[in-house]
Amino acid sequence: MKAVITVTGRDNIGIIARVSTECSNYGANILDISQSVMREYFAMIMLADIDALTIPFSDFVDRLAALGRENGLEIHTMHEDIFNTMHRI
Amino acid sequence: MLNTADILETINMIREENLDIRTITMGISLYDCVSDDPARLCDRVYDKITRTAEHLVETGRDIEKQYGIPIVNKRVSITPVSLIGGCLDADGFLRLAHTLQRAADTLGINFIGGFSALVHKGMTRASSALIDAIPQALAETQCVCSSVNVATTKAGINMDAIRRMGSAIKQAAYLTRDNNSIGCAKLVVFANVPEDNPFMAGAFHGVGEPETVINVGVSGPGVVASAIRRAGDCDLSQLADVIKKTAFKITRVGQLVASEAAARLGVPFGIIDLSLAPTPAIGDSVARILEEMGLEVTGAHGTTACLAMLNDAVKKGGVMASSHVGGLSGAFIPVSEDEGMIAAVRSGDLSIEKLEAMTAVCSVGLDMIAVPGDTTEEVICGIIADEISIGVANTKTTAVRVIPAYGLGVGDEVSFGGLLGSAPIMPVRTASPARFIHRGGRVPAPIHSLKN
Repeated sequence: MKAVITVTGRDNIGIIARVSTECSNYGANILDISQSVMREYFAMIMLADIDALTIPFSDFVDRLAALGRENGLEIHTMHEDIFNTMHRI
Repeated sequence: MLNTADILETINMIREENLDIRTITMGISLYDCVSDDPARLCDRVYDKITRTAEHLVETGRDIEKQYGIPIVNKRVSITPVSLIGGCLDADGFLRLAHTLQRAADTLGINFIGGFSALVHKGMTRASSALIDAIPQALAETQCVCSSVNVATTKAGINMDAIRRMGSAIKQAAYLTRDNNSIGCAKLVVFANVPEDNPFMAGAFHGVGEPETVINVGVSGPGVVASAIRRAGDCDLSQLADVIKKTAFKITRVGQLVASEAAARLGVPFGIIDLSLAPTPAIGDSVARILEEMGLEVTGAHGTTACLAMLNDAVKKGGVMASSHVGGLSGAFIPVSEDEGMIAAVRSGDLSIEKLEAMTAVCSVGLDMIAVPGDTTEEVICGIIADEISIGVANTKTTAVRVIPAYGLGVGDEVSFGGLLGSAPIMPVRTASPARFIHRGGRVPAPIHSLKN
């Protein structure tokens, strides 16, 4: 199973580091990252394998959202199936 | 591999355009609760509902987390209580309504539907007792929803039942007069009622349904409106395509959530209801879609044509996205629950007559319409009879949920809060249809050849 993690907010030092550290803390393996910075705004989409997650997925969603709040970012974590069903026949 | 544009489109739909799953509704059969002792019947009903739907709300929350999409309501629909309360009198049904409220409180759901009767051809003693109990039941409970089917295309129209419902609506308005006559917002009069509708207030668990079932209602007027805006000045064939594609995406999410909920709860998946269901929030309005299609304001000439096209395109797009479609499936046009409809009524551009015409081409009917409190019972019966006739003649579902707001008149507004929203009181014609209504009896079923 894979999760899509989206991170948006004002650019800052160490955003990717903080998010990836949190992922590794809970056993999420990052498969792909796409990121862009437009002026001072930062946007990143991460694809992570969550098969070896050490906590329930809903808790993982909450932890990342909390990390976002602490750093002035918006972090949303969603199961990849919602994107697959919507965009593929 | 997913592409970034697709991911951003989905996230934008949810965060900016109010895409959500409007309701996961669990249908529960109550046939095995029947008893000749009212107390035992109530106990069995309470036990069965709270046991069967025990994990409904938490499962809904988990799925919401997993896919990052809001699931606004978790609800329960039950076998029409007139079918399980054959031996009850009005007091017994009132007691049953309180039982249902208690079950809803225990489960943490916001509505329970099925305080209902099917009387399109005639009325059993129990159905009659149930209708007697409806006004008080709605006044004394918060989550219990009631519906009565008074006509079908095959059976015709039961005018005696319409008379009873006109009276029940007026009584419910009076009994809940301290709260904007909110009782009427939980009461629907139907023609050709669907048996698997997940939306309130008209949901119940029909006679041909399995023991338990999961039905899901999707939403997304904001997503459709934005897609039309982005499409710019295209012609109507292209516009229909834009709507179909959007409806497909919305419905796919509904199908995903429904399958997941059914699997987790160990309950069969029933249907997806394809309705575009608005809320009073800005950017979640069906009226604004019609305006985006090219109307200056909803209610203008051309509104019925826009709505017919929208409704058809939503169904065409949605049908392919789901394995089973049912319920009401179409665009809802409730006045109080749609910010654009409220604005159109306030500006005087949308009348009750235009709304009635619109219901001939979309899913439901005269929905959440507030009328003056001094509207007579006969006029309300006339409104119901007109709307029900549209359903019967066109072999479609129609319904009336009208609120004769006690003590209020044209120029006033009623406010119910939450998803039920607020509505300006609309003027109605006051000339009396009393002699027609009081004839009673049944309007024969319409002929279905010699079409014109």
